[in-house]
Amino acid sequence: MNENIINIEHISKVYTVGDVKVHALYDVSLRIDSTEYVAIMGPSGSGKSTLMNMLGCLDTPSGGKYDFKTRNVSLMTDNELAEIRNREIGFVFQTFNLLSRSNALHNVELPLIYAGVPSAERKERANQALISVGLGDRVHHKPNELSGGQRQRVAIARALVTNPAIILADEPTGNLDSKTGEEIMLLFHEINQKGNTIILVTHEEYIAQHAARVIRVRDGLVERDEAIVNRYIPGISKPESAVK
Amino acid sequence: MRINYEVFSVAFGSIRQNRLRAGLTILGVVVGIFSIIVIMTIITMLQNSIESGFSDLNKNTFQIQKWEAMRMGPHHHGDRNRKDITIEDFDRLQGMLTQALYIGAEQWSFGRVVKYGNKETNPNVQIAGMTIGALRNNNVKVEVGRDFIQTDIDFARNVCLIGMDVVDKIFTGVDPLGQQVIIDGLPITVVGVLERTPQLFGQSKDNYIVFPISSWQIIYGKTGRSVNITVMSHSKEDYNQVIDAAMGYMRTIRKVAPGEDNDFYIFSNESLISQVNDITSGIKIGALVVSIIALLAAGVGIMNIMLVSVTERTKEIGIRKAVGAKRADILIQFLFEAILLCIIGGVIGIALGVGLGNLVGKLINAQTAIPYNWIAIGISTCVFVGVLFGTYPAYKAANLDPIEALRHET
Ligand SMILES: Nc1ncnc2c1ncn2[C@@H]1O[C@H](COP(=O)(O)OP(=O)(O)OP(=O)(O)O)[C@@H](O)[C@H]1O
Ligand SMILES: [Mg+2]
Repeated sequence: MNENIINIEHISKVYTVGDVKVHALYDVSLRIDSTEYVAIMGPSGSGKSTLMNMLGCLDTPSGGKYDFKTRNVSLMTDNELAEIRNREIGFVFQTFNLLSRSNALHNVELPLIYAGVPSAERKERANQALISVGLGDRVHHKPNELSGGQRQRVAIARALVTNPAIILADEPTGNLDSKTGEEIMLLFHEINQKGNTIILVTHEEYIAQHAARVIRVRDGLVERDEAIVNRYIPGISKPESAVK
Repeated sequence: MRINYEVFSVAFGSIRQNRLRAGLTILGVVVGIFSIIVIMTIITMLQNSIESGFSDLNKNTFQIQKWEAMRMGPHHHGDRNRKDITIEDFDRLQGMLTQALYIGAEQWSFGRVVKYGNKETNPNVQIAGMTIGALRNNNVKVEVGRDFIQTDIDFARNVCLIGMDVVDKIFTGVDPLGQQVIIDGLPITVVGVLERTPQLFGQSKDNYIVFPISSWQIIYGKTGRSVNITVMSHSKEDYNQVIDAAMGYMRTIRKVAPGEDNDFYIFSNESLISQVNDITSGIKIGALVVSIIALLAAGVGIMNIMLVSVTERTKEIGIRKAVGAKRADILIQFLFEAILLCIIGGVIGIALGVGLGNLVGKLINAQTAIPYNWIAIGISTCVFVGVLFGTYPAYKAANLDPIEALRHET
């Protein structure tokens, strides 16, 4: 029996732009347990990123309740939230969000710095993470010296480096060719096999088929939430459209 | 809170990246610290020189004069008609002040011509009238010939001791002893030649002639000129006691009513130092005011630049918070950058101040000095200014909402 990690009930997020109220999230309830592999799909502007920010303890909901590992997130202090982001969550942003002045190694090191990991170990682990995303030869490159796909992989390495309980990835393969994308999906698969929870946002059915469960969002509401029967396991089974 | 390598490298990196901006910002700190350090360096050099200028012998002497030699501003009392200190005052004091090792009286006349045969000096010779005690207190030593004896003074003999500069000028190839020199029309017999004294500040002090004070008074007059009394105590230990005793006796001799101020002035080592301090304290306060104004202006500049920096780096702050930086981490990072800016400015200001101070000090022949305590004060002030003006921007940075900071476009 897997323990519950994420439990959101009737979450909403309202933005007020001028006089107009935008419901980025209308009323979303979800339960995600540890070791799950979840894909979130939906049209552009449907609220996927907003939901991910919420799950990643970066943003606070306008209404509803969020329990992370049975602790009520809205009751946590800023420092407790920072600690959860640092230790429990690896976030891959849709826009990468890398430090533009720092090289790849330092970008990947960053979460370890705030976790208080000693320098030598930090460098070693950051290096390993970069190697695992295929950037072993680009550790000293700055983001503007890397391609879009390479930046995305640095962002992924940064999310992996702390070995977090959950990886939240907002379109992690959006900028990658199918081969590199496949390598990343293999990486996620391995991490998931080790027992880490993975939640990823994607527009591609093919990527979504790597997950065990797909949640479809539309207009700030969960449209469908279902298990994938014919999962595509990287390197083992062939991709076949098989979503029930 | 984690003060680690990251904090240092980010701060240094940020300053390096904005070198010109940082340089302009810390200019005020440089000026503020420089102005106080340069003044303090020069003053410290002066004080050191004065204190080391007291020879071991001088350390136990003090002088009694009519006026404070160094006066700042107009007289505060209406006692312009202060009585001169007379030779009779001195005689009475000598009788009373038995605690002293030596007590002497002296008077000086400047810019005199000394003639010998057809040779004469420039009109710049100093003529002193002294008692035996004054010779001791001034450490006047006879090299050849004889010293004054009491009868020279008692009978106002026309004899003199002659300094080496005068000898060099008018006695080339002649033994001065027993020769007669003409001073202000009067023939005087040379009975002793004085030891050459070491030069101070590159100037010779041997261009003088000593008479018995009684003879001096006959030549230059007794009235309208105040006698200068010098006293030497037996030891450093009883120095202050002798000063107190001399002051009491002088008050009696000059009939100063109880509660009234002294109508004479005692120059002791301390009084000399305190006089120098009086003069320098005005300069110090001036430098301090300039420093404080410059540092306040600099502080506002630093606050401004740090606020700009926080805005520019909003996205970076968002990223750091997203991966787990706490408020304190961000606060320390920005606060440290502000402090670092101040310290860099301070170090430059100190280097310039000590350097230029010593350069100026060298010109007036003072000893090299580094005002360590003021350097410490300067650095602490820099840290203080950094904290004072860096806290608000750092606080602003620390309190940014992570998701809003991430959305910030730069
Ligand atoms: N800060 C904001 N202020 C106002 N409206 C916002 C803000 N952030 C998001 N929204 C709105 O909320 C809705 C959901 O945005 P979100 O970024 O979650 O979409 P998404 O599903 O991630 O889309 P995409 O697939 O294009 O990334 C959009 O209509 C967007 O305009
Ligand atoms: Mg999105």
